[in-house]
Amino acid sequence: MIKLFGSSSPDSDERRRFLRSALLGSAIAAASLLGFLPVVKRWSQRLRPPGAIVEHEFLAACIKCGQCLQVCPVKAIRLGDAPDGYGLGVPYIEPREQACDFSCDALQCILACPTGALNHTLSVKEQVRMGLARLSNPESCLARQGKGFKGPARGADFPGIHRYAEIDRWKAIPIADHPYDLESCDLCVRECPIKGAIVMKPMSDDPSDRRRTPEVTADCTGCGMCEMICPAEASAITVEPRAVWRA
Amino acid sequence: MKMLIEGFMVMLGKAPVRPDRYTPEAEALLAAKRTPEAREARKRMIAEEKAAKHKNHFWRNWRWVSIILVNLLFVLSYRIDIQVVEGALTGSRFVGFHMADLNSALQVMLAYKHVVINLVIGTSTVLFLWWLFGGRSFCAWVCPYHLLAEIAEQLHLKLAARGLVKDHPLHRGTRTVLYVVFALLAVITGYTVFEFISPVGILSRAFTYGFSLALLWVGFLLVIEVIYSRRFWCRYICPIGMTYGVVGAFSPVKVTYDMEKCLHEGECRKVCMVPHVLSMTRMGYAEDAKMDIGADCTRCGMCVEVCPTKALKFEVKGLSKLL
Repeated sequence: MIKLFGSSSPDSDERRRFLRSALLGSAIAAASLLGFLPVVKRWSQRLRPPGAIVEHEFLAACIKCGQCLQVCPVKAIRLGDAPDGYGLGVPYIEPREQACDFSCDALQCILACPTGALNHTLSVKEQVRMGLARLSNPESCLARQGKGFKGPARGADFPGIHRYAEIDRWKAIPIADHPYDLESCDLCVRECPIKGAIVMKPMSDDPSDRRRTPEVTADCTGCGMCEMICPAEASAITVEPRAVWRA
Repeated sequence: MKMLIEGFMVMLGKAPVRPDRYTPEAEALLAAKRTPEAREARKRMIAEEKAAKHKNHFWRNWRWVSIILVNLLFVLSYRIDIQVVEGALTGSRFVGFHMADLNSALQVMLAYKHVVINLVIGTSTVLFLWWLFGGRSFCAWVCPYHLLAEIAEQLHLKLAARGLVKDHPLHRGTRTVLYVVFALLAVITGYTVFEFISPVGILSRAFTYGFSLALLWVGFLLVIEVIYSRRFWCRYICPIGMTYGVVGAFSPVKVTYDMEKCLHEGECRKVCMVPHVLSMTRMGYAEDAKMDIGADCTRCGMCVEVCPTKALKFEVKGLSKLL
């Protein structure tokens, strides 16, 4: 038998060393278990990158290497920090600050993932389901007030970038460098990378009524582009991570 | 074989013991070393060496270059897009080939409960690489925490010399117990629990992706190492070191011991992070006249540097025969 702890001599040094080992060893194990708290309490419900498998499996499968982050052309992906518990080093997206707009076309993050935490079976952006956009602040929506929009969508200082296919098919540019002049605000629909994921519906039968309301359809991937581009403060439309569409 | 098993047991936490039998060569050497004349000669040589006080940091300097270079490659691959090793030490692509840290991959597979094919590829490459280069040589030649801990250790030794701090050793079996605990936690909870506190992953990601609050934890560990327990993390806790230790048990790259040259003064054990692997340098502890240093050795080369008689040296098994 190997004696892992203590020796046969009842030496007090030896006993102290044993106690110290047990105590500090337990302290280390306890520290590692602190990561449970944020996960179980769901302190932060993160929007995960395209293709992320179900949350608890995602946290397990992710090897926390950040390769997905490295290939993202719009730098939408960030890594979780200590307050995320076992989400430390795990990728997420803060869509209001920088959404995924599928600039890469081919789901580069999924291709980069070495463990399949981002599901490799997805091959086109239309298959992605990260969450669901919702009109969470309808009262702030400009379209619903019949209003237009002029200027850069998020102000002149907003650092977020977006690929405008009509300007450069291959390169995203700052949203601040692309001012709009819209008679009726439809930015969420206009910049949505998925065709038909949001549509503008008139709010009445009266043709002179300019009020429109954005309606999210089953095609929404939850990428968060609408949340990023929405000029209202706070965003009228937001993405609920991992929400599933129901008719 | 017996020595290999003994080396494994010592790695798991067993205290090295004096062998009850020696090989005839060792027996003869011991007898020769125990004569009064030989003792006198050794005393004289040790005194001469102490007076000469040569400092040699050959291996350490190369090691530091290696640690900095490897970690810098990770950083620059992303920051200036040279794309040599993309990712972090936990998992990466080396010019496109998957690499996965053995311990991280193990934690992922235990928690996720799937055999991930890319991870198998990645771990095979890494397994082969570190088998070739000596297992725990990962610790001494790549791990960024090792470098920080070395600096903390120097600080600890300086403060200890002035009597300001005292080393509080732990039982080395602590690491074995924690290894099992972390493996079980991954299986039971379904989370990669150890990664939450792994200073290797935290540092590697912080270098490449920027500041993280988790660095405070790394700082805390370093403070413990300075003021309370010398090389606390690497010696008594880190399961990564243990994983690589197992790999290195069969590695061709070894530090080897030549009893004939040894003065048994113990300078090597004083600088070593894992001095139990050098137990044979104590008079009467070497079973054979020539021995390999055990699995837990990080191939850091500090003992090689400090040894005045070159009784300890690096060797690539099989290579000397080939040449």
